[in-house]
Amino acid sequence: MKFNQALKMALSSVLSNKMRSFLTMLGIIVGVMAVTLLISLVQGATNTITAELGNLGGTNLTCMIYDSSSRFTLEELKALEEEESIGLTSAYLQANGTLKAAGNQYDAAVYGVTENYMDMQSVKVETGRGILEIDNEYRLNVCVVGVEVAKELFGNTDVIGEIIRINGKDYKVVGVLKEMGANSMSSVDTQIFIPFTNAQRLFAQTSITSFYVSATSDETIEQAEKYMNDYLKAKCGEDNYMVLNMGMIIELVEEVYNTLSYMLGGIAAISLLVGGIGIMNIMLVSVTERTKEIGIRKAIGAQKSDIIVQFLIESVVLSLMGGMIGMILSGGILGIINLFSTDVKFSITIPVALLAVLFSVGVGVIFGIYPANKAANLKPIDALRFE
Amino acid sequence: MITLEKIYKTYVLGGEEVHALDGVDLTIDEKEFVAVIGASGSGKSTLMNIIGCLDTADSGNYFIDGQNIMDMTEKEIGIMRNRKIGFIFQQFNLIPKLNAFENVELPLIYQGVGAKERKDRVKEALTKVGLEDRMYHRPNQLSGGQQQRVAVARALVTKPTLILADEPTGNLDSKSSKDIMNLIKELHAQGNTIVLITHDNNIAAEAPRQVQLMDGKIIRDSAEKGGNANEI
Ligand SMILES: Nc1ncnc2c1ncn2[C@@H]1O[C@H](COP(=O)(O)OP(=O)(O)OP(=O)(O)O)[C@@H](O)[C@H]1O
Ligand SMILES: [Mg+2]
Repeated sequence: MKFNQALKMALSSVLSNKMRSFLTMLGIIVGVMAVTLLISLVQGATNTITAELGNLGGTNLTCMIYDSSSRFTLEELKALEEEESIGLTSAYLQANGTLKAAGNQYDAAVYGVTENYMDMQSVKVETGRGILEIDNEYRLNVCVVGVEVAKELFGNTDVIGEIIRINGKDYKVVGVLKEMGANSMSSVDTQIFIPFTNAQRLFAQTSITSFYVSATSDETIEQAEKYMNDYLKAKCGEDNYMVLNMGMIIELVEEVYNTLSYMLGGIAAISLLVGGIGIMNIMLVSVTERTKEIGIRKAIGAQKSDIIVQFLIESVVLSLMGGMIGMILSGGILGIINLFSTDVKFSITIPVALLAVLFSVGVGVIFGIYPANKAANLKPIDALRFE
Repeated sequence: MITLEKIYKTYVLGGEEVHALDGVDLTIDEKEFVAVIGASGSGKSTLMNIIGCLDTADSGNYFIDGQNIMDMTEKEIGIMRNRKIGFIFQQFNLIPKLNAFENVELPLIYQGVGAKERKDRVKEALTKVGLEDRMYHRPNQLSGGQQQRVAVARALVTKPTLILADEPTGNLDSKSSKDIMNLIKELHAQGNTIVLITHDNNIAAEAPRQVQLMDGKIIRDSAEKGGNANEI
């Protein structure tokens, strides 16, 4: 018998008993839905978090010096860029400041930064400009503000040229940052940036204690990390510094989330198993119910293989349809979640979809083989006599 | 075409042995029309099931076109049943959820006949039994006589050489019985070998040869010397 004939027969049999087919599929529908939904949610969360960590600089090393007595200057920092594994460097200094303007007051995190900071940390300027080398060179009283800061002080974001008083000193606004949204992990919306050299003075700090070093590429990050460790050990002494590799943190987070998605996927797979047993159950009932039909088919010339194929296709069609419906449902649920979540976007990736389809076909085959075999091995006369 | 040698079939039911077939020897030539008669429980259906390879004998030899059934694989037997044998049962044995057309089409599907040829042959078969206007009716939408005619169409659509009918008129009124018998006689006239099981002597008398069974044994065969159809 040709395959498309067998498929037609299986389809008509599945469709001739719609309610039962649906109930049989329900187990698979729920199972596939659970698997794809959980994996997609975890994947979406992982992607967002790693992307955000990536924004903080996938190839960046964060360096801290705890011992302020070991003086580390901007010139020394710049000199680090000569090392072949190192690309850019940028120093920063963070302190809380009280901002005053237009009769309003606002407490914000004030960042003193050198010119590479914004590029290295992916901080985007919406209007105006960022902090430049010249600002640092002349310790200019200029600032770049986050959207929230501008709104709190001036009620709008059209603030270039305005003056903000930070801890008693006046700064001219030269740029406004792009809005990041409230859900973001490290939002620049509530931050204000001034030149590093200026901040040193404002907060009475002489040495650099925090800075970023970027590796020239993903491949050189470990070399850069080792170089920085050696460099700071020599300069500050064993326990007085820290070098943090963002790439490694991203890897760690990814690993945690992968484990999580395997675990949740595994739990959801159990419901698929239960769905499979449901299919086997129904197929066995269907074999018993159709014993006479099997006898008739054999009497008029159906081969054992024809009967096996018929029942196997039926169970695969059932589980595959269940799998598809489950996937469409979980796609729909993710779509609804996406409507409400502004920055995390969830979707079923192709590997997850393939996994779900393969899994449901597998369930259909594995749990369909026993009933199909049972049906095919019936002696024609016994099957015909069955009432 | 068919040779049975010392065929035995015994059922054990509740510790008691029932010799459904007790050493049957029978030869049926090509294009013969044989009626098998006998009382209820004499082994007629058992005999037909063995001839049609739906069942296997406990012992004895069965040759079909010179080939010993015992030497054939299950697959070969399936192919043979599909191509050489057409069944007509007392209970019609149509598949309830398929309509007349689909029921008749089924053996052709198992033969691997293409869709277009199938359609032509099914229509031809259903027209032959006078059901061209009931093609898309399901069995439960047909009368008993019509259902049996669908079964006849299903048996002849593969153009088998051997047609086995187990009390095909057993569940029918006299008018429908006559229709079915006419169809069977027509098939015989066209050169098919026919084995017809019945307990109605009038129907048996329409066959040129009668074989009578009793307690699993052939007690009379009108083709043999001394046998006579008129004696029954
Ligand atoms: N599956 C079975 N299990 C046990 N005994 C059986 C079985 N099939 C048939 N028999 C017995 O074998 C004997 C012959 O049965 P068979 O069906 O061949 O009779 P029959 O001549 O066709 O009768 P009828 O005219 O009533 O159809 C009977 O005694 C019956 O009880
Ligand atoms: Mg009988």
